[in-house]
Amino acid sequence: MLIFTLRRFSLFFFTMLLLTILSFSLSFLFPGEQLVNLTGQINASPEQLAALAYEYQQQASLLTQYFSYINHLFHGDMGYSMTSHLPIMTEILNRLPATVELTCVALLLAMFVGIPVGFCAAIYHRKAADNIILAIAMIGYSIPVFWLGILVILVFSIQLGWLPSAGQISLLFEIPHITGLQLIDILLSDSEYKWQAFQDATRHLILPVIVVALAPATIFMRLARSAMLEVLDTHYIKAAKAKGLTFSQIIYRHAMRNAVIKVIRDVGLQFAHLITIAMVTEVIFSWPGIGRWLIESIYQRDYTAIQGGLIVLSTFIFIVHIIIDFVYAALNPLAREPNNGT
Amino acid sequence: MTYWKFTYYNCLALFVFLLSGCDTNEALSLSKKSIIYCSEGAPESFNPQTVTSGTTIDATANQLYNRLIEFNPTDNSIIPAIAKSWHVTRDGKMVTFYLRKDIKFHQTAYFTPTRDLNADDVLFSFNRMSDVTHEYHSVSGGRYPFFQNAQLVDLIDSIEKINDHTVRFRLSHSDSSFLANIGGNSAVILSREYADQLTKLDTKQEVDTLPIGTGPFKFKQYSSGAFIRYEPHSGYWRGKSELKQLLFDITPRDTGRLTKLLAGECDIIAYPIAHEKIKQHPNLILESVTSFNVGYFGFNTSKPPFNDPLVRKALSYAINKQAILETVYTGQAEIADGLIPNSSWAYDSSITSQEYSIAKARALLAEAGYGDGFAMDLWAMPVQRAYNPDAVTMAKLIQADLQKIGIEVDIVSDYEWSTFLRKIADGEHQSVLLGWSADHPDPDNFFSTLLSCASAITGSNRTFWCNDEFDQLIQDALQTNNINRRKAYYSKALKLINQEVPLIPIAHSKRYQARANNINGTVLRSIGGIDFNGVTKN
Repeated sequence: MLIFTLRRFSLFFFTMLLLTILSFSLSFLFPGEQLVNLTGQINASPEQLAALAYEYQQQASLLTQYFSYINHLFHGDMGYSMTSHLPIMTEILNRLPATVELTCVALLLAMFVGIPVGFCAAIYHRKAADNIILAIAMIGYSIPVFWLGILVILVFSIQLGWLPSAGQISLLFEIPHITGLQLIDILLSDSEYKWQAFQDATRHLILPVIVVALAPATIFMRLARSAMLEVLDTHYIKAAKAKGLTFSQIIYRHAMRNAVIKVIRDVGLQFAHLITIAMVTEVIFSWPGIGRWLIESIYQRDYTAIQGGLIVLSTFIFIVHIIIDFVYAALNPLAREPNNGT
Repeated sequence: MTYWKFTYYNCLALFVFLLSGCDTNEALSLSKKSIIYCSEGAPESFNPQTVTSGTTIDATANQLYNRLIEFNPTDNSIIPAIAKSWHVTRDGKMVTFYLRKDIKFHQTAYFTPTRDLNADDVLFSFNRMSDVTHEYHSVSGGRYPFFQNAQLVDLIDSIEKINDHTVRFRLSHSDSSFLANIGGNSAVILSREYADQLTKLDTKQEVDTLPIGTGPFKFKQYSSGAFIRYEPHSGYWRGKSELKQLLFDITPRDTGRLTKLLAGECDIIAYPIAHEKIKQHPNLILESVTSFNVGYFGFNTSKPPFNDPLVRKALSYAINKQAILETVYTGQAEIADGLIPNSSWAYDSSITSQEYSIAKARALLAEAGYGDGFAMDLWAMPVQRAYNPDAVTMAKLIQADLQKIGIEVDIVSDYEWSTFLRKIADGEHQSVLLGWSADHPDPDNFFSTLLSCASAITGSNRTFWCNDEFDQLIQDALQTNNINRRKAYYSKALKLINQEVPLIPIAHSKRYQARANNINGTVLRSIGGIDFNGVTKN
């Protein structure tokens, strides 16, 4: 387990190194003054610029400049947004929780729908149910997310008027910003309209979560299906059958656990995919998350925001990836100790 | 295992419960008592003194503040507001306002008033704009566009406090549009006491960002570029609003506003698209008012052939206004019968637009000695305005119309807006497509600005038409405060424009708004944007 942990940490370290080098070099590659791109101080006076140049060790070698940049990063200083003139860190901390909320709920939904459906497909292997599920998975995976987003708004918001189409919660409710995670903030607040607010926030969450979850859910279906098929083909299942266990006993006691572990290994990979989808979805549903902010920054050529957003978003993906790796290792002894099970 | 199955179905059940389970009567209470207005942009400031942009006026003027006098929403006549009455001396040079004694300022988290509104607040509000040495004059940049454009700085000699509830304005000359200017959106009354508090705290700039006024709503929260939250002002002198909250949801995209309206996320939206769709919807209402503006086709009367009134008259018969209305304004306007829209009190229904008649146009041209036609240029403004959304297309339609009576039109539109304005102010054009949006509903704002001899010199009269009889009429109209006599003068002036045709008024554009049918009250006003006072929700 120690080696497993160390390996993950060294991977984290080198990925972060590459990422920060990339982000640092972006400030040179973007048009305009490198120092301005790095700090976002577009209206600074010559004196302020000189002070900044000193602070970022502009007179020293590139390596020293890079370390100075890293030092700033570690102190949470990513410069100022070129458009709003607020610190990037404040902007990100205001928006990241909304993205975390959306993506985590969508990931859970994708897993809770995709994996059982995939198992069903495997159990009814090469029967009508299997074919239908595979076809649905293929269609779901092929639908472009921007089109799906607009379609669900058209149907559920405009035609039927069931669910809201924009934002995280109706403006009617005043929820103080505590954790940033809307649903938790609502529960923590002492508003007299707490339950109305909670219901409203849930209603706002449904459409974007469905849109984000659809593609990963179809991937989980296919992963779960092939994992289950693989497990059902193993000797120990055959042995269990030979011992006379019923089919449901075999599935619930033996096959399911082992198949789930195989799927969980891939959840981390799917998470990166999910974030990309979430960015587009945030734009469509005016979700106040980091993805929409980053896309707006690209439109507005807010270079400091692009660099900061890039680092934070990739770190977020990477941390989730590592957490899932640990969950996988905790569930599967084979992964943490190669000696086990041989 | 059964345990696994159990939790899985439990989660599903819980989720379904969350969606459906809480739909009780209580759930309706907050949204029933709040109105969400989806606006088209973010306000630049919370003080209408410092801006002229319609978006900012909409968000602030009628919601947060009151003026000394205001306009009746139905006929745009002047009604009492903070001033319960007023008196104008016979020579028109002294105007005395008698203030109400029961007007309370907003109480908010950042300010608690200790006294009601009095003359000091009125003096503070006006001196801030007129006196360049005033301590609040340069806060927020020192620009007061409406006040400065209306030349009130020159008009007002002094403002005196007679007693706590009486204020007297001394004017340098008589001007009957003065009252209309004082009732304009930007002439709001601020709190002197609040300003004194800010001076002590050394946070003067907050006077325009954390507003305190006397209007029906008070400021609660502004999230930059996202939303504004207002609460009702419990001490409002016209009676507290029944609403619990008024929200401005800033939604710049017109498709976004429409979606929010259809999904029930907004109660009212500004500038809707898809009018037919809204009209067909059973729960939505499309409303419009004709704005105080005019789009016109003006002639440079200092250059031949347009120095001849017969030629100008001939052209006025040759323009197919209905076609322009449908193509350029897509029906969102009404044909201009005269210079002023029919919502103005000076409108005279006996004066109608020239009919469309090629035969009459040809006859008049022949009479003027241009039977074979001639060539002319037509300058089309290069920007979009409410009064003329697409001048180039309008110019092309006019070009086709005039070809029928043998006139060749050369369209000029490739100058940048400021160059364009400078060149036509210099009189380089023969004819031009322009327009005018009124600052306040007094008809003088149209007549003097567009066609007086004085404005031919200052540049806002782009026809260079200077008619002594007309000038005398509009001067006389300004000298008197008797509304019937003014109306008679303006009627004569309108007839004179119809005879002389220095310009052809084309259309008064409309402003649209869509709302859910459970909103009661008039929100949209022909001047001053929107007003939520007295608006309720079922």
